[in-house]
Amino acid sequence: MTKILIVAEHDGQTLNPSTAKVVACAAEIDGAELDVVVFSDSASDVVVQAAKLDAISRVLTVDSVSSKNALAAMIAPQMVAIADGYSHLFGPSTTFGKDLMPRVAALLGVNQISDIMSVEGSHTFKRPIYAGNVVLTVKAPADRPVVATVRTASYQAVGSDNSAVVENIECTVELPTHTRFVELKSASSDRPDLQTAARVVSGGRALGSSENFDIIFALADKLGAGVGASRAAVDAGYVPNEMQVGQTGKIIAPALYVAIGISGAIQHLTGIKDAGTIVAINKDGEAPIFEVADIGLVGDLFKLVPEFTAALK
Amino acid sequence: MDKILVGLKRVVDFNVRVRVKNDGTGVETGGVKMSINPFDEIALEEALRIRERGEAKEVIVVSIGASESAQQLRTGLAMGADRAILIQTTAAADPISRARALLEIVNREAPGLVLLGKQAIDNDDNQTGQMLAALWGRPQATSASKLELNGDTARVTREVDLGLEIVDVDLPAVVTVDLRLNEPRYVKLPDIMKAKKKPLDEIPIADLGVEASPVIEEILFEPPEQRQKGVIVDNVAGLIAALKDKGLL
Repeated sequence: MTKILIVAEHDGQTLNPSTAKVVACAAEIDGAELDVVVFSDSASDVVVQAAKLDAISRVLTVDSVSSKNALAAMIAPQMVAIADGYSHLFGPSTTFGKDLMPRVAALLGVNQISDIMSVEGSHTFKRPIYAGNVVLTVKAPADRPVVATVRTASYQAVGSDNSAVVENIECTVELPTHTRFVELKSASSDRPDLQTAARVVSGGRALGSSENFDIIFALADKLGAGVGASRAAVDAGYVPNEMQVGQTGKIIAPALYVAIGISGAIQHLTGIKDAGTIVAINKDGEAPIFEVADIGLVGDLFKLVPEFTAALK
Repeated sequence: MDKILVGLKRVVDFNVRVRVKNDGTGVETGGVKMSINPFDEIALEEALRIRERGEAKEVIVVSIGASESAQQLRTGLAMGADRAILIQTTAAADPISRARALLEIVNREAPGLVLLGKQAIDNDDNQTGQMLAALWGRPQATSASKLELNGDTARVTREVDLGLEIVDVDLPAVVTVDLRLNEPRYVKLPDIMKAKKKPLDEIPIADLGVEASPVIEEILFEPPEQRQKGVIVDNVAGLIAALKDKGLL
């Protein structure tokens, strides 16, 4: 019997959209029964949102002050404590899931399948390796729990017309005190979230400065787009790390991706290969970004981008 | 602290364009340049800086692999590590086996800090550090972009999806490092000569008594679907027309 436990990612108020994408992946396994678990000290809104996710049977809630701020060292032992009877344990391959799920896998004595991009069977999956240059089909042992992270850019979120049963679970496992959350530094933005935005505009090193990134923001605002950046632009300090798109940043799949002044290193292309339409604006017509761009425009971005922005109604 | 343990994995160099073997059983590695996993190199650089500040006495580099991995350990010694341990195995070790082998070394050496790359750029697993921390029953701080030691604790800044998360961990702990933690030094020729005299112990993995886990079978390696090259437009008007054609404007 295939029973899958999915860990909800949330900030205490809002369910992260990654959760609905992990559910979509898990729902592709034939005959699977899906439960979502919410670890929190006060997550009533999150529980309500989780219970609406299509395809799930139950939402389990584990109330624990220690789960605040989602430290892997706190959540992993609680997840393992309730894992009995589940054939699969899934999380998102966001920084939250990447931190947590290997700790869960190790406590269960199994390897993890990282970044599931397609379901081939109850224990067989495809995943990218070598920065997406190779797709590997893997098969997990049938007699052990399958612990995995799901590459969220490969899945569309399930709908939210469900009203799943909510059950509170007592979990009395002893938790460590050796890891303590201090603070989260986050640049607040009114722009669409990079990971879920339908449109994304990204800037690269060619922008040359933090101030020059304003032309990227101006275009993004006209398009109603989220804003991203290449690793080079983040390394140069033009924009903060949470804007990085690529293998070591965010893997995204917007309907429209506009790459400006980005040459297109393979690690960056890995982060955008599932985008619907890729537009590239770059002064170097030989740049690798044009090998994958659906629409390319060669020229000076400082002239072309303001012109593009002005031409949009 | 006395010791910092740093993991170094031998991987296909990040500049190499990896090709899948025709029979789908793996990737071509014959004649391909091999290097230290770039994240591991950053981990080693951080360990060296901690030692150079006087906050640690010894930096030990450890690798798990076939005898060729000694090359990467020698590079690590040339960068400045004090000694090296090669855990020998001809089999491709899976993450939990790596974590179990590292735990045995941790139990022997009792380091105050274990520094690892957040992931290796071959399998992109991003698992070993978290697994070692779990098996060891110690804290983990993954994707570190800043690391400060304060006696018995460390304050780590982690790169997360929402920005930067700061955590305090009791030592010993496992810290996995991200790209922006530091820029690794270049190795100088005299250091390469000196590194040849530094100790490099070889231990067969069987001698560590590591329990084997059922491995995740690797069934088929394939190249990814390629995106098709699109059109080049002449100007902004052309761009807007092309976007309208696709129904995007």
